[in-house]
Amino acid sequence: MADEKKICLNGTGLTKIFGFGRQKCVAVDHVDFNFYEGEIISIVGESGSGKTTLAKMLLGLISTTEGEVYFQGKKRDIRTQKKKKEYWRSIQAIFQDPYSSYNIFNKIDAVLLDCIHMRGGRKLPHAKKVELMAEACSFVNMKFEELTNKYPFELSGGQMQRLMIARIFLLKPKVLLADEPTSMIDACSRATILDMLMQLRNETGMTLIFITHDIGLAYYISDSVYIMEHGKLIESGCADDVILHPKEAYTRRLISDVPKIHEEWDLSTV
Amino acid sequence: MIDMSNVMLEVKELTTKYITRFGENVYAVDHVSLKVEEGKSLGIAGESGCGKSTLALSLMGYYFAPLHYTSGEIIIDGRTISGMDPDDVRKSILGTEIAYIPQSAMNALNPTQKIINFIEDVYQAHDPYKTKKEIYELARECFDVLGLPAGVLQRYPVELSGGMKQRTVIATSVILFPKVLIADEPSSALDVTSQKMVIKMLRDLMENGLIKAMIFITHELPLLYNVTDDIMVMYAGQIVEKGTAKEVVFDPLHPYAKGLMGSIIVPERGLREKKLTAIPGVPPNLKNPPAGCQFAERCKYVQPECTARSVDLRDIEGGRAYRCIFSEEQLRKAYKNG
Repeated sequence: MADEKKICLNGTGLTKIFGFGRQKCVAVDHVDFNFYEGEIISIVGESGSGKTTLAKMLLGLISTTEGEVYFQGKKRDIRTQKKKKEYWRSIQAIFQDPYSSYNIFNKIDAVLLDCIHMRGGRKLPHAKKVELMAEACSFVNMKFEELTNKYPFELSGGQMQRLMIARIFLLKPKVLLADEPTSMIDACSRATILDMLMQLRNETGMTLIFITHDIGLAYYISDSVYIMEHGKLIESGCADDVILHPKEAYTRRLISDVPKIHEEWDLSTV
Repeated sequence: MIDMSNVMLEVKELTTKYITRFGENVYAVDHVSLKVEEGKSLGIAGESGCGKSTLALSLMGYYFAPLHYTSGEIIIDGRTISGMDPDDVRKSILGTEIAYIPQSAMNALNPTQKIINFIEDVYQAHDPYKTKKEIYELARECFDVLGLPAGVLQRYPVELSGGMKQRTVIATSVILFPKVLIADEPSSALDVTSQKMVIKMLRDLMENGLIKAMIFITHELPLLYNVTDDIMVMYAGQIVEKGTAKEVVFDPLHPYAKGLMGSIIVPERGLREKKLTAIPGVPPNLKNPPAGCQFAERCKYVQPECTARSVDLRDIEGGRAYRCIFSEEQLRKAYKNG
């Protein structure tokens, strides 16, 4: 039942405007949303539709021009660095380019060790830390023994992205924001990453916000889909409704632009 | 009936290798044979690291270290280009016989030069006596046919969007009307709408007869299915399956091809009920490739004899081929039982 679900993250009239005067650019335009706990939400749009700007606002990486974000019913407070860190303990992100997410001078274990420290495990004995790290690595089908003493550049893109998921496994945030996590990975490892994210959601009950331009992917993974066009949310609802019976012309066009295998791909409509 | 169709590109047992700085040989293209007829397109599918892009580079006949030619033949429209002097290849083959669109083609544009200067360079490399005015007229005509506004010619790359840049580069690479076009992931960095425009342009090129044959490389299988007539699946530098697009997508024979088809994601009814199959593991390191079948260690249906001897490409009727020790019936039965 819908009322039983608790709202995890919601926003009212969220707006971001870059620049002012004649060069004003409205990146996100009065967006309202309710993200429920344990749900997988996809935000779909073309490049330049404001998906990533919205994500950055949710993360608190950039300020909002207007509107408020509420986290677990309370108004989000990230005015000081300390409060920001507190907030980031419950909201985490995976980005598009795994290479840029690592410090190239640090070994892999440092990344995972940081996560343990972040959750207050600084005083744990070393053996326990290793055990936790090994558990996280085995969750993403990697061997911890093979990873220690390696630098990020020694891993492939797919491995790095999986390690990012291992990080999330250790941190167990309330909300995970995945910004195009599979766009730089080939189709074959993509399925693995998606399944891991879904499994993680099932185990920890976190909310997964999935930002993508691939509508097929959004359909596969998500419970509800939000479609964005030029900074506005134009259509939202449960995945089956939005993808199979789109109401807006824009959504219909977006879906018809994706090559399919059981239906004819109409090239005449460009 | 005698085969009347004109073979545009024929490759016989092509093998090329990378020589690393430690002197190791890495055979990234291993005895690949293929044939593309006039008016047809061939798609090459496979994971990253399977040798798709190396094959594309090898097909041009223009080798530079660390890529080296080992053996085999490349015949474009009856003319053998393998074994030619690299300088001759560059002058008389590239651009006019065969053209190549690399993966991040839009980065090829020089940010300080207008598009027209870029096109002048291409023309003047082949015909130094053409005047700028002639080139401008030719370029404008070509852009017109391809549906690109002529105004693009006077612009700088930064003024164009990603999709437009990509289409400009494609238009530039076919400006000398090559017979064969090799497109290596031409749309992977673009969003769906620009992707569709790029694909439409490539298809128009084929239909207008500006190019005679096309090789299209991508790991996006739904795209390949919609664009090309035939599909070839590569794994570890070898062809593991060959067939028409429909056959390979809906009725794959090789376990690797089967795995790839299981990872297709399209926004269609029934996708959510389907469980995506992922192939565990990574392609083998080709510095010391495994004996026997290259796919053996990731294969669900592996048998002791798979690793014992190398497996040959098996031709079956209807022009299909696959590389597996099992017979067609055995494979179909295995897939049916999961």
